[in-house]
Amino acid sequence: MPEILDQARDQVLHNGVGLDEAGVLAVLNLPDEHLSATLQLAHEVRMRWCGPEVEVEGIVSLKTGGCPEDCHFCSQSGLFTSPVRSVWLDIPSLVQAAKQTAATGATEFCIVAAVRGPDDRLMKQMREGVAAIKAEVDIQVAASLGMLTQEQVDELVDMGVHRYNHNLETCRSYFPNVVTTHSWEERWETLRMVRESGMEVCCGGILGLGETVEQRAEFAAQLAELDPHEVPLNFLNPRPGTPLGDRPVVEGRDALRAIAAFRLAMPRTILRYAGGREITLGDLGTRDGLLGGINAVIVGNYLTTLGRPATDDLKLLDELKMPVKALSATL
Amino acid sequence: MPAVAAQTWCDRCGEAAASGAHEQCAAARALEPPRYCARCRRRMKVQVLPIGWSAICVEHGEIRS
Ligand code: SF4
Ligand SMILES: [Zn+2]
Ligand SMILES: [Zn+2]
Repeated sequence: MPEILDQARDQVLHNGVGLDEAGVLAVLNLPDEHLSATLQLAHEVRMRWCGPEVEVEGIVSLKTGGCPEDCHFCSQSGLFTSPVRSVWLDIPSLVQAAKQTAATGATEFCIVAAVRGPDDRLMKQMREGVAAIKAEVDIQVAASLGMLTQEQVDELVDMGVHRYNHNLETCRSYFPNVVTTHSWEERWETLRMVRESGMEVCCGGILGLGETVEQRAEFAAQLAELDPHEVPLNFLNPRPGTPLGDRPVVEGRDALRAIAAFRLAMPRTILRYAGGREITLGDLGTRDGLLGGINAVIVGNYLTTLGRPATDDLKLLDELKMPVKALSATL
Repeated sequence: MPAVAAQTWCDRCGEAAASGAHEQCAAARALEPPRYCARCRRRMKVQVLPIGWSAICVEHGEIRS
């Protein structure tokens, strides 16, 4: 057994203290022959500190495309020649999407908008939309609307949004290579306000943007410092027309190593499979990740791309004897 | 879902369906909604929902999964 795994067993599994940046890097650099032992340990850590439940979430795009920002991976930026056109979802369709999500057994419904930050029109749409969902559907509502002002944070709390997603996307040192229209620190500031408001903080990112292994470890350590309630882990799905459109997808075993390493950095967080897992990991890899530290999934489709059928994921969870987290347990 | 070969334009990349290879587009379409109208090549207004999607061409109307 490599020394780092012995150390992790003692420190993370037994004492609940996450690995630091150097420890995460050591895990990411482990050779393939130790991958299954690493996943096994990360799974034990997840079971010990989070339990067997899996949190299921659906996401929907309230406002798609036409974003003024230049995140190089994103097909919704209006600055690239992406084929994604700007479109708004109406409230009846939003409520319908929430109902479809709840019907899968999901307890989380996240409303997302492709914006730098909300304007009055978006906040008004949110107020009406969240109220309509709460009146008709038994599900917790989360939101992801970009950078917020303090007034907007307070308004979202008032609407009853219980969790706010704002991804740092990548580590601080690599961020300027990926986004030039705003800074990592601006994102951090929104996260700070969200945390102070009492909303749950959801913050993750995307692997495979061209960051080094060292920068992946840096990112895990920075997330651990933020200590979010939830960390959604995406793998780059290279989008036509974006600056990263020609990048290769992350190798399955590197993705799995990263899942385990992030779990060992953050033993108690909700570590969610988000976009890109279908192409990076496929069906078999999806299972390996759920047995390697993941304890939450986005089911169904993503914002501009499609996921595998929700029923496939639910069947897999059943096979793995991992119960879907119930609403009563989360309230 | 209509077969790519029967279309005038590739609904993923927007190039002529008859010119060039669109196998990669067809494979990618398993996990993507269409983006271009296969009849007129206009970019469509596409809404992805947790289950299903809809795509509207101003000229040729709506298709859904
Ligand atoms: S802010 Fe969000 S929607 Fe806008 S380009 Fe960046 S990732 Fe895409
Ligand atoms: Zn094509
Ligand atoms: Zn058309």
